[in-house]
Amino acid sequence: MPDQLLFAMEVMLNGLMAGVLYALVALGFVLIFKASGIFNYAQGVMALFSALTLVGIMDGQIPFSHLINAIFGTDLHHFGWHVPAVVAIFLTVIVMAVFAWLVQKFIFRHLVNQEPILLFMATIGLAYFLEGVGDLMWGSDIKKLDVGLPQGINEWIDITTFEAFGYGFFIDNLDISATIVAIILVAGLIAFSQYTKQGRALRAVADDHQAALSVGISLNFIWILVWSIAGFVALVAGIMWGAKSGVQFSLSLIALKALPVLMLGGFTSIPGAIVGGLIIGVGEKLFEFLIGPMVGGATENWFAYVLALLFLVFRPQGLFGEKIIERV
Amino acid sequence: MRLLAMATAAVMAASPVMADLVFPSLSYRTGPYAANGIPFADGYEDYFTLLNERDGGIGGVPARVLECETGYNTEKGVECYEATKGEGALVYQPLSTGITYQLIPKATADGIPVHSMGYGRTSAKNGAVFSNIFNYPANYWDGASHAINHIMSLGDISGKKIALVYHNSAYGKEPIRTLEELSKKHGFELMLVPVDHPGQEQKSQWLQIRQQRPDNVLMWGWGVMNQVAIQEAANIRYPMENFIGIWWSGSENDVLPAGEKANGYKALTFHNLGKDYPLFDDLQKYVVDAGKAAGAGDQIGTALYNRGMYAAMLAAEAAKTAQELSGNAEITPAEMRDGMEALEMTEAKMAALGLPNFGPEFKVSCENHGGNGLGAVAQWDAAAGSWNLITGYEASDQDVIGALVDEDSAAFAAESGITPSC
Repeated sequence: MPDQLLFAMEVMLNGLMAGVLYALVALGFVLIFKASGIFNYAQGVMALFSALTLVGIMDGQIPFSHLINAIFGTDLHHFGWHVPAVVAIFLTVIVMAVFAWLVQKFIFRHLVNQEPILLFMATIGLAYFLEGVGDLMWGSDIKKLDVGLPQGINEWIDITTFEAFGYGFFIDNLDISATIVAIILVAGLIAFSQYTKQGRALRAVADDHQAALSVGISLNFIWILVWSIAGFVALVAGIMWGAKSGVQFSLSLIALKALPVLMLGGFTSIPGAIVGGLIIGVGEKLFEFLIGPMVGGATENWFAYVLALLFLVFRPQGLFGEKIIERV
Repeated sequence: MRLLAMATAAVMAASPVMADLVFPSLSYRTGPYAANGIPFADGYEDYFTLLNERDGGIGGVPARVLECETGYNTEKGVECYEATKGEGALVYQPLSTGITYQLIPKATADGIPVHSMGYGRTSAKNGAVFSNIFNYPANYWDGASHAINHIMSLGDISGKKIALVYHNSAYGKEPIRTLEELSKKHGFELMLVPVDHPGQEQKSQWLQIRQQRPDNVLMWGWGVMNQVAIQEAANIRYPMENFIGIWWSGSENDVLPAGEKANGYKALTFHNLGKDYPLFDDLQKYVVDAGKAAGAGDQIGTALYNRGMYAAMLAAEAAKTAQELSGNAEITPAEMRDGMEALEMTEAKMAALGLPNFGPEFKVSCENHGGNGLGAVAQWDAAAGSWNLITGYEASDQDVIGALVDEDSAAFAAESGITPSC
C-alpha cells in the first residue's frame, strides 16, 4: 500500500479520536441548550473549573489559600493528604452540583422568560466570574493531572498495523480512553433520559417548558439537574484535555473547538454532537494532511468553521437539530 | 498652632521631593498565559524591592514598580502604556511581541525606551534606526542560530532534516527567515510545521513529524502550545535530546505536565537557571523573610522568575549608568535611554551583584541595541526537576543575522521615514 495512503488512514483514525474529544466538549453545550434554550458560554470555563477542582482535591490543596494567607498572614497551602482519583472525581461532581444549584438560585431563576440574548450575556458574565473564582481558589499555575489514564502510543495497534502494512499506526492510548468514556457517557445519558423519571421530566421540559410546568414538573429542579449533568460532562472533558496539557487556564479555550461541532451537529441533539465531532475531527485532520502543505499549514482552526458553515447553508438547524419553524 | 502647621506644610510642599524611579511592569497575572506571566512579574518586582530594602533604591532614589495587567492582550498592553507613561516611566518591558510592535512608534515618539528582552522586533537591534528600542542580550534570530550551532556541535548537519514547530503568529514566524538562510549555508532541509493558536490540539503536526522523521525539531511556542508539543513528542517517542525550544518554550511549566517523559528536552536561554547565587540569599533575607515578596512568593528560582529578575537587574544597571552619565540621581526617560545605550555587562559586574555567570557579557552601543547575541542551551533533568546549562554562552552567526538585521531595519526606516543616525 502506498505510504501516502497509509499516512492518510492514520490521520483519519486520529481525526476520529480528536472528534470524540471535541464532541465531549460539545455535549455540555447541547444538554443545557436543549433543556433551557441557553447557549452556555461558560461551558469551557466549567471544564477548566472542574479540572482545577479535581486536581486541587487530589493534591489536598487548600482552596483560597493565597487569599487566606494574604489576609491572615498565614502560610497555608496543603492539607497534607492525597485523595485517590475516584474519590476526588466523586467530590468534584458534588462541587459541580453545588455550582449548578448556585447558578440556578442566583442567576437564572431571576432571568426566567427573559430574551435568549440576555441569558447568553449572563453566561458570559458567569464564565469570567468562574474563571476568577477558579484562579482565587486554586491558583493559576499549571497542574499535572494524572487520574491513571494510560498515555502514549498504543503498542498493539502499532505492532498489528506494522505487521499488516509495514507501517505502524500511531493511536494515543488517551484518545482510546476518551472514546470509551464518551461511549459510556452517551449511553448513560440516553439511558437516563429514556428510563428514569427525572430523565423523562428533562425531556418534557426540553420539548415544552409550559406544558411540563402544567403537569407539575419543577423547572427549577430540572435546570439544576441539567446544569449538574453539564458540569459532569465538563469534568470529563476537562480530565481528557487536562491530561494532555496539564490543567491550566487555556483549557477554557477548548470551547472554541466545540462551536463548529454544534453548528454542524445541531444545538439540540446528543447524537448530533457526537457525529458532528467526528465529522469535524476527520475533516480538519484530512484537510490539514492533504491540502495544508499547499497553503502553508495551520488550517485546522478555520477549516472546521468552513466545514460547519457549508453544512449550515444546506441545513441551518444542523445535521440532527430540530427544524426551525416560526409561526406568524 | 494652626498657622504653624500650615506654614510647615507650605515649606514641605515647596521643598524638592525625592521622586521615585518608575519602572512599569506590563504583567499578565490572569488569563491563559498567567502561569508564565506571574513568575516573570514576580522576579521583576522582587529585584527592585531588594534594591529598595537593601540599598535604599538606585543611587539613593527608591525604585517604584508600576504594575499594569495586560492579560497578554495587545490592546490592553497599549492601554497600560498610555495609562502609565505619564507617571515618569523610565523603561517599558512589554513582555509581548504584539505589544512591542505597537509600542515601537509610540514610545519612540514619547522618548521612552523599550526593552524587549529576547522578544519583539528582532531588527530593533539596529539602534541607528530604532533609537528607543533595545533587545539585548539576544534576539530570536540569535536563538535560531544558537540552535543550529548546537546541532552542528553534535555532528554534521549537512543533509539533515530539521523541523520548526512554531506558533502561527508574528512571534512564531520570526526565526523562519534566519533558518532559511542557515539551511542554505549549512545544507540542511528545513521543514515548517505551524500550529494555530492556542495549540491545544497538535495531533496533525506530530503525525506529520512522525511520518517525515526530522532529525531535529525546533520549537517557537508559548503557553499551552509548549506543554502539548512536549507531550505529543513524548507520545510519538521522539528523542527529547533532539528537541530544542526557544527560551519561551523552556520553563518548568512547559516540561512538568509531561513528567518523566520530558527528560532530556532542551531549551535555549540567555541567562542562567536555578537559585544557587549569592543574590538569592539577599532576596530571601530582605524580600521573602520580610514578607515583601511579590505574588505568592512561590516562584523564586524558576526559569521565568530568573528572567524577570534578570530584566530588572539590567534595567537597574542601565539606570545606574544613566545616573553616572547625567550626574542626576533622578533621571529622565531620555537619560535612561542614554544609560541603556551605554550599558556594559561584564562578568566582574555580575559577580559584584551576586550573580556570577548568570548572563552573558555584552556591550550596548548606538549602532547595536541587541548586545552580543550570546546564548546557551539548557537541558531538563526530570528526576531532579531542574534545568541545567549544558553549554557556555556562545556566539550566533552574525554574518547571516547582521545582514538580515540591516535589511529589515532598512525596510522599516524607509517605510517610517526614518533617517538612520548615530
